[in-house]
Amino acid sequence: MSILLFTVLTLCVLGVLSAVVLYFVAQKFKVEEDPRIDEVEKMLPGANCGGCGFAGCRAMAEALVKRDDISELFCPVGGGDTMKAIATYLGKAAPEKEPRVATVRCGGTCEKRPRTNTFDGARSCAVASSLYVGETACAYGCLGYGDCVTACAFDAIHINPETGLAEVDAEKCTACGACVKACPKGLIELRKKWPKGRAIYVSCMSRDKGAVVMKACKAGCIGCGKCEKVCEFGAIKVENNLAFIDSDKCRLCRKCVNECPTGAIKIIGLAPLPKAPKAAPAAAAAPAAKTETAAPKAGPAAVKAAAETAPKVEPVENKKEK
Amino acid sequence: MKTFPIGGIHPSDNKQWSKASAIEAMPLPDTVTIPLAQHIGAPAVAKVAKGDKVLTGQLIAEAASFMSANIHSPISGTVTAVDLVPNAQGLRQMMITIKREGDEWAEGIDRSDELVKECNLEASEILARIKNAGIVGMGGATFPTHVKLSIPAGKKAEFLIINGVECEPYLTSDYRTMLEYGERLIVGVRILMKAIDVKKAFIGVENNKPDAVAHLRELAAGVEGVEVVPLKVRYPQGGEKQLIAALTGRQVPPPPALPIDVGAVVCNASTTVAVYDAVQKNKPLIERVVTVTGKHVAQPKNLLARMGTPISALVSMAGGLPEGDVKVLNGGPMMGRAMVNLDSPVTKGCSGITILDGREAQRSAATVCIKCAKCVEACPMGLEPFFLSKMSKRKSWDVVEANRVTDCIECGSCQYTCPASMPLLDFIRTGKQTVMGIIRARAAAKK
Repeated sequence: MSILLFTVLTLCVLGVLSAVVLYFVAQKFKVEEDPRIDEVEKMLPGANCGGCGFAGCRAMAEALVKRDDISELFCPVGGGDTMKAIATYLGKAAPEKEPRVATVRCGGTCEKRPRTNTFDGARSCAVASSLYVGETACAYGCLGYGDCVTACAFDAIHINPETGLAEVDAEKCTACGACVKACPKGLIELRKKWPKGRAIYVSCMSRDKGAVVMKACKAGCIGCGKCEKVCEFGAIKVENNLAFIDSDKCRLCRKCVNECPTGAIKIIGLAPLPKAPKAAPAAAAAPAAKTETAAPKAGPAAVKAAAETAPKVEPVENKKEK
Repeated sequence: MKTFPIGGIHPSDNKQWSKASAIEAMPLPDTVTIPLAQHIGAPAVAKVAKGDKVLTGQLIAEAASFMSANIHSPISGTVTAVDLVPNAQGLRQMMITIKREGDEWAEGIDRSDELVKECNLEASEILARIKNAGIVGMGGATFPTHVKLSIPAGKKAEFLIINGVECEPYLTSDYRTMLEYGERLIVGVRILMKAIDVKKAFIGVENNKPDAVAHLRELAAGVEGVEVVPLKVRYPQGGEKQLIAALTGRQVPPPPALPIDVGAVVCNASTTVAVYDAVQKNKPLIERVVTVTGKHVAQPKNLLARMGTPISALVSMAGGLPEGDVKVLNGGPMMGRAMVNLDSPVTKGCSGITILDGREAQRSAATVCIKCAKCVEACPMGLEPFFLSKMSKRKSWDVVEANRVTDCIECGSCQYTCPASMPLLDFIRTGKQTVMGIIRARAAAKK
């Protein structure tokens, strides 16, 4: 009995002693950490995707609290609202960025881009692209083994088994940029996110000459330059036999879509312009204005007006959601 | 019998298909396409433009730097284009296209078959001739030969090693070269010994080619310092480091160390014959022996083809492609690269074309690793293939680099031996490429 008592007492005394020692040690070596870091971390989405450029949400929170100027920092997952909330909490100027969405710039479906061989190596785009051209004759197109799918932490990108191409779910995409880094062909671009998933983009990255593109794929950009000529906003540039639509300059007027001879310019969420006779450019612009939801009035000037109002629509919508 | 100390596998050599057919010269091609990059190092710089007339053996592209090689016209005719053309992997590469007109040779090239045994040139002159002729390692690695033979200051070569191993299954181009061009080979060995100033040369030949060993022994009998060594059949014995270890017992330290650090210079058998042609006959590297083989090939052959000849011409010479789905490999089944474009040309490093039918080429579906460590046992470089593969897949480049992925010789022994049929090398190769890029970027940043 006395042994039991002795043991319990010794342990109790030891416990109390250690607690006292630990208390003083903790006081002595206390690490001062800004309590706001914890708060900011809670405000961040907690996806730890690395889309901001930091190792995780904690590292981002630290940077947000410690830096005076946070205009360079942006959480693509949380978006403008999160950043505004954090900035208000910290009393700093909120960084502003338009929402973006990942876009796969390849239109070479199984139908348009015939398969010339079968790849029996590891099912990985990185492996295939390090070895050879791919299962088609196009050296620039989507390989379809889904390195982007593996990279996506938000289940927002998938390979469509019918087309063999990667497709982005604009609703789920947070524009963290993980897929952009994962694609060995550099096919994925973060473009401006229009409301209702609307988009116009060149779905091709081939820098080959027109004749070479045509042989490999029926949906490729041949660099003819027709779209560049028709664009009123200077949004389209043809360089190295490839057209590029700058999503920040594009006003979704859709003229280029009708001009493209191969259908490489893709239009999503919008009806294409009716094919108007080429003689009257004003007439072509008029129906454009009618279908444009944000356009207040018809007429040649409407396209411009619609375009100017369109980008402003989003912040308003965001506020409503709040 | 000698062999290298660790790792290695023994796949069936399948040399029986093309072993017996003597080297046959291809008819001259009507058009050739010559890639500017057919060696390790900087691509050559084109010296001709569209419309230029060229003669056989004329310089058409010049080495861009020390680590580069000259390229000569394999036929006479007119340059029709200097443009991007799809290569064997379907990727577009700068090539010179020449349309043939007659067969006129540039001046100064000795085209007779007479064997010139004596070589009174100085070492520096021999090197200059090899460099001018644009000779690169013809076993597949295409390392410029003049770079290999230029011994850096402070180092001394002790042995010359001639690589007649040809451990790659199916291929027989080096074997036929040793049998039929043996005399030229032995003179080439003496020239190389003189160029690097060594007294001892080994010719390593695997023991599945006993007639080549006997033939070379007979020829080398009167030549001082040349020894023909039969080696135990084991893949990848033809790897430079494996061959040095097998013949001399010395281990080449990890990169950036080179074979010269252990006193060895290794040269392929076909390259040695090309050295003879360049030094004694002033003939640049414009043709090579290419094996076209496979179980289902109608007439497997060893063809002497001019550089730039379309592979499709060689295949039709061997009886055409077999029926059904086939896999055409540029090289052998272990190290060869699958081709998607049969119009691509024969290059300096193209030792064979292996044609497998769909069933032979089929890879079994990969399952999960059972931790049997067979890949570790098979790796001739003492690496851990599964770990490297897994870490490359995870993109942990620092771990991959620390575990010496740059030592990997991409021999494929790990993948061959894996009972789970895992695509180990596929991922290790991407890891190696990425790490090499990181190392280069780091070196560039330091400068």
